[in-house]
Amino acid sequence: MVLLATPTPSLTGDSLDQRWRERLEAVLAAGTAAGASLVEVFLESTDHIGLLAEQERITNVSPAFGRGAGLRVFLGERDGFVSTNDLSEAGLLQALDQALGMLGLTRSTLGAHGFAGLAFLHDHGASKESWLQRCPGLDESTARLLEATALLNRHGDHLQARRGSYARDWQEVLVAASDGTFARDIRLHQSVGINALASDGDHRASLGRRYGSSGRPDDLRQWDAEASAIDLCGSARAMLYADYVEAGNYPVVLANRFGGVIFHEACGHLLETTQVERGTTPFAEKVGERIAHEAVTAVDEGLSDGAFGSLSMDDEGMEPQRTVLIENGVLQRFISDRAGELRTGHARTGSGRRQSHAFAAASRMRNTFIAAGPHTPEQLIGSVDRGLYCKSMGGGSVGPTGQFNFAVEEGYLIEDGQLTKPVKGATLIGEAREVMPRISMCANDLELAAGFCGSVSGSIFVTVGQPHIKVDTITVGGR
Amino acid sequence: MASSTSLHASDLAEQLQTLATELGVARWDLGAACSTDTSVQVDRGDAKQLKGAQRSSITVRAWNADGLVGITSTSDLSPAGLARALAGARDASAYGNPDDTPGFSPLATAPLAQLEQPLSEPRAILELLETLKQAEAELLSRHPAISTVPYNGLAQRSSQRIYLNSEGACREQQLSTASLYLYARAEETGRKPRSSGAVRLAYGAGELDVAGCIEEAAERTIQHLDYAPIATGRYTCVFSPEAFLDLIGAFSSLFNARAVLDGVSLSQRESLGSQLAVPFLSIHDNGLHPGNIGAASFDGEGTPVARLPLVEGGVLRHFLHSEATARAFGVAPTGHAGLGAKVSVGPHWFEIGPAGSSDEQTGARGLDRFSQDGIVWIDSLSALHAGVKASQGSFSLPFDGWLIQGGEARSIEAATVAGDIRQVLKSLVGFEGEAKVTPDGVCPLVWVEGLSITGDA
Repeated sequence: MVLLATPTPSLTGDSLDQRWRERLEAVLAAGTAAGASLVEVFLESTDHIGLLAEQERITNVSPAFGRGAGLRVFLGERDGFVSTNDLSEAGLLQALDQALGMLGLTRSTLGAHGFAGLAFLHDHGASKESWLQRCPGLDESTARLLEATALLNRHGDHLQARRGSYARDWQEVLVAASDGTFARDIRLHQSVGINALASDGDHRASLGRRYGSSGRPDDLRQWDAEASAIDLCGSARAMLYADYVEAGNYPVVLANRFGGVIFHEACGHLLETTQVERGTTPFAEKVGERIAHEAVTAVDEGLSDGAFGSLSMDDEGMEPQRTVLIENGVLQRFISDRAGELRTGHARTGSGRRQSHAFAAASRMRNTFIAAGPHTPEQLIGSVDRGLYCKSMGGGSVGPTGQFNFAVEEGYLIEDGQLTKPVKGATLIGEAREVMPRISMCANDLELAAGFCGSVSGSIFVTVGQPHIKVDTITVGGR
Repeated sequence: MASSTSLHASDLAEQLQTLATELGVARWDLGAACSTDTSVQVDRGDAKQLKGAQRSSITVRAWNADGLVGITSTSDLSPAGLARALAGARDASAYGNPDDTPGFSPLATAPLAQLEQPLSEPRAILELLETLKQAEAELLSRHPAISTVPYNGLAQRSSQRIYLNSEGACREQQLSTASLYLYARAEETGRKPRSSGAVRLAYGAGELDVAGCIEEAAERTIQHLDYAPIATGRYTCVFSPEAFLDLIGAFSSLFNARAVLDGVSLSQRESLGSQLAVPFLSIHDNGLHPGNIGAASFDGEGTPVARLPLVEGGVLRHFLHSEATARAFGVAPTGHAGLGAKVSVGPHWFEIGPAGSSDEQTGARGLDRFSQDGIVWIDSLSALHAGVKASQGSFSLPFDGWLIQGGEARSIEAATVAGDIRQVLKSLVGFEGEAKVTPDGVCPLVWVEGLSITGDA
């Protein structure tokens, strides 16, 4: 079996493409005639498969598919948003009526409107039509997962539970707006995760790794399952008997790749225009001012080949940019979407993103990283007398006051400039304005790591990244 | 607003049976849901975003000739969508797990509890907007330091759930709910911003306790303005009902039969009957509690929801079950299942409190957090998704709260609380005050001794 026998929309001729022009133009014309300053329609078709392997069995195969639309109507800076699963013309017009009504507008056939029709379709998806068919089918995918759990068994000790999971998300989108925007794209994301729970008496350690890509149908085939299993089992072995970290304030060296979650949580969210709109970022009036140590240059972009947060166009039809957020410690610009530009004046950066048609787009990060610096990781570790080395991070969050936190999944003490014993149970907490000036050294080994980011417009694919960095001091929650 | 009640269970059953016959599927079941939502947000007197949504989804399971099950979900409820979903489930069944195959719940046609859930007509969205504007204005007026209410929302939902199977089970439930949340941000010159808030739920927007929500959000936010750092050390902590319910919820795999069978729970089969906690603690899962707005009368497999003792007198009594886990344990399903090829299991709504009425059973120690010095009162926990290691039992979580000295509570600047849930359950000192109904359950203040607090002092 290559794929599930169910045909995909693109194979049934039911693709979201040029054939939707007439219906969408009718909706957009009706909206602008009612007095809306801008109307936007986001159409979506999805095809998802999730797989789970536990020990020597495939225990879950979960296909899902769907279609839907999100309609947003602006009246000046205000907007109303309605989502629906009904893509018929009547369904879209009903959703339009509801969105108009939120702004006190009513559809009328008599009103004048400035809608000049949609532009020529900008089709980013044309070259991606074959992606879905080139992905591994269920036989191949399940075999890869069982291979992964077997490798965990081969390389691990005291493993009580072994899991491998795989998700393939295919999404076709069509964006049309009354400013003429008419753009289509096909997105393909694949992620594979492995998890292990090691247990020996009262000692327990649970660890995981996740790998993800976009636009690479062969990625699961090319994934080095053995290297991943060896890496995870080595960490589980180290952490199984680890002591709990002693609480306090430490200098901390954060490893590259997923260590980038510190910038994502501590600063990245605060550079989204949604935070400017809410008044929840301390950086709103700081463009051109120093907000971080001069060692820090930070970038958000959607361009890195195959990265989880890369995209050909955002969910408002705009091509992404490379956006330098902070250069040598000085704030350069914000991450902005259509509403953000309208309400804050910060120009759009191709960052309008949403989980699905059920969410209005918002300014969201894509591939966000601290740029490489001049040092080696050894120099960073060697500069610390007593501190914490965070090799692997768990999740994190930031609150409305800029207070952030994230969990350390695998940590080691640094004593006299050397890594010594493993420690567990650490949570790093801080406040953005305080911690950014304390990132004093960056190493030369920048790498990205795939993840998911949950915020106002749902859960989206992103990457975080950084080289090894040193934070001069941070509060470490422990025991 | 369009009605959400656009699904007709009997029609759906007939459609599925016809499709199943055409596709050669003899055994199937289906969970369906549809809803109509409207919500508003405001920002300093202006509408921020107004939203509406019509959502529908179905999940179909099909059993093949070998008895293996497959599943597919879709938001396309057209005849073509249903056909594609059922065919997808049939194809996926080739990958079903022969070691753990779900079946129909033996209770899928058992009588259901009658819930008092009055259906409320949805309000016009502009009416919701006006209510929220007034609430925001009222909250902003409560203290000069409160400059914004960055997170706020007033939402209402009309929804319908259905469960059907090829042996004639037909469950249906309609519900209307409304919610209000207000999270204020306050800042004084030269001081760090502070934030807190409150949530209210009801069966309709007209029944929401708007004044109570404003009062609680204002009070909590103002109480956190005068903050100070706390020294790192071990403290006796008093958890608010919300915080303790969050903590128990994060470690609910202790009671989850699926997690036990998978080897990722701290409990094992033989843990039943063991002393899990202090003898004065009882925990029930009671999805039918009248305080549970949004209660479900049946679970994803059609099993009736019922009150279930999990911990009585500190002793672990029962696990939460689906049909498959119940069969593996030789007991009846408990009404806590989802719907899947591998069925998830989860709690509905916790009742936490004393084990009985005597002093020994109630944990009554005349506790008053203001009568002792050095008590940490934990108001709310953050980042449970990141700071809880459920399969290890450990947690390290940021919190908002107060340090009590000399009868006065002073807000704590920034701190984490860390520990092991097994140790927590055996280190309870007692309860304080009456149990409070919250969105996640009912619980009094809970005293726990010897927890590690990391502060910045």
